[in-house]
Amino acid sequence: MEIAKLTDITRVYKIGEVKTRALNGVDLSIGEGEFMTLVGPSGSGKTTLLQLIGCLDMPTAGKVFINDQEATSMNRNQRADLRKGTIGFIFQFFALVPTLTAYENVELPLLLMGKKNNHKARVMELLEAVGLADWAKHRPDQMSGGQQQRVAVARALSVDPLLILADEPTANLDTKNGEQIMDIMKKLNEETNTTFIFATHDPRVIKYAKRIVTLEDGKIVKDEEQ
Amino acid sequence: MNYILKMSLRNLARNKRRSALSAIAIAIGTALLLFMSATIRGEMRGALDLTINLRTGHLQIHSEDYKFENMSLKRVDMIEGPLEISDQIEDIPQVKAASPRLNISGIVAYKNETIGVQILGIDPPSATNATYKEGMVTGEYFSADDREGVLIGLPLAESLDLKPGDAIDLIINTSEGDTDEQRFTVRGIYTTDTPGYDKATIFMPLEKAQTISRTDNYASMIYILLHDMDDTDRVKEAIHAPGYIVEDWVELNKLLVIVEQLSNAMMFFFNLMVLGVTSTVIMNTLLMAVYERTREMGILGALGMKARQVKALFLTEATFLAIGGVLIGLIIGVPLVLYYAQVGFFLGDMGVSANSSFQFGNTIYPYPTFGDAISVSIAALMITILSGYYPASQAAKLEPVDALHSNN
Repeated sequence: MEIAKLTDITRVYKIGEVKTRALNGVDLSIGEGEFMTLVGPSGSGKTTLLQLIGCLDMPTAGKVFINDQEATSMNRNQRADLRKGTIGFIFQFFALVPTLTAYENVELPLLLMGKKNNHKARVMELLEAVGLADWAKHRPDQMSGGQQQRVAVARALSVDPLLILADEPTANLDTKNGEQIMDIMKKLNEETNTTFIFATHDPRVIKYAKRIVTLEDGKIVKDEEQ
Repeated sequence: MNYILKMSLRNLARNKRRSALSAIAIAIGTALLLFMSATIRGEMRGALDLTINLRTGHLQIHSEDYKFENMSLKRVDMIEGPLEISDQIEDIPQVKAASPRLNISGIVAYKNETIGVQILGIDPPSATNATYKEGMVTGEYFSADDREGVLIGLPLAESLDLKPGDAIDLIINTSEGDTDEQRFTVRGIYTTDTPGYDKATIFMPLEKAQTISRTDNYASMIYILLHDMDDTDRVKEAIHAPGYIVEDWVELNKLLVIVEQLSNAMMFFFNLMVLGVTSTVIMNTLLMAVYERTREMGILGALGMKARQVKALFLTEATFLAIGGVLIGLIIGVPLVLYYAQVGFFLGDMGVSANSSFQFGNTIYPYPTFGDAISVSIAALMITILSGYYPASQAAKLEPVDALHSNN
């Protein structure tokens, strides 16, 4: 089953009078349960591609389909709705809401989806899965970077998304924490069949990937299984 | 608890000092508005009470052409047989008291000093003169048959260094167009706490005033006080005084009504200024919050929070600030106003002359009303919430992809 499909994607950024072509005619198809890595040098377009798959950004040309819905024809609110139930995000910086506890951060996507039933079992299950059940009541500033990133993984999974996008998820973690995060995500991928897409330079991430897509100068130059 | 409410409260707690300062700005604005509105209301109410008590009464009967300021002693401008008329009026149940008054202009001379005054001939036992009787500072109130005694105001006594028992010369205009001079004894010194009035008003018994001014059985007006000023229209209709006109306190105090309208207009602009400053503080606080939390807005957007939910988050923060600020403002402002409503604050002589169309006392007593407290609170709440609208809209406009790349 195809989770995401991008056809002839071009993304041009205009800063003042200067135009930068971040992506140039990219076609990509991503299936269910993939554990895929976007690699390439800085400025190759990895993060731009990840943002387009995540419906956070819109292409200058081309079409993006998520779960057979054309995101490029949607307005901002419709894309927000699409993201809520379908896509989870893990960022390079430990992107938790600082005023909420670990439990509340994981619960937030469920509340944004309008699910008002008791989420406790689901949230605690996820925190258990990332090894942080005992840290449920702690706020981000009381946790290490590795722990925060694990909460971010639990939060990304809270709404049972089809797709999780992770932009440099291990960039700010030491080797031990980086590998721990990747082990958790790999396990969740295998158990839940959720699709994971990473944008990274980190060999520790790349070694886990089943599929590696290499970008250079805004184009896919290699797409290989590992 | 709704997650928007929870996040709003915690966001405010994130920078406690800034939130507290913003709430204090709203509190000061609210307390100031409360105090000012009570003060203006108290000042105007006090001025009306004083003017009614000292000058116009609730109702007044006088000849058609009589003007208080002119103090005319022409027969055509006066009321004949005033005591009979006032006695009839006092039979009306709603009337507290009615009595004739004779206004004469004159000069008081003592040692080498002379001062222009208005001399008021009054019926000493009448309850219409309770203000003066109760305001006796020293000496004694005079009787109706006192032919030599006068009452003088405290500021006049102080400026001429007079005390009860001292003799003063009064030069008085007469109805025949000339003047008469006679020596009187200061029986007592009174105060109405209205310096402009007290320093230029001398009282003497009506009969003596009629004799010296050669106005015989005439008076300038019949001065009427009611038990309840709401009965004014009813009593006015009940009074039959052929050949004379009956005016009520509204007609007699037109200038005061205009002054009150002017005060209300000034108060409106003052409110706007105070609320404008408060609103700028709140807008600045929330814009700073939007700036500092840009990346967080990107995260929330990525998680699926819609623009209207982001807007609601900031508007809720503004609402909490407003509620907190207004409550603190009421906690500060209400006791402050109630305290000054009891003790008043002394302003001294406001330079209003004795025959001015309205009188101001030397002390203002703020007059708080529940309605003012409600309207000030609602105005402060609304302005604060509205001032949060622009920052909230700015936050809602942030594109998640741009916000995520922010350094804040």
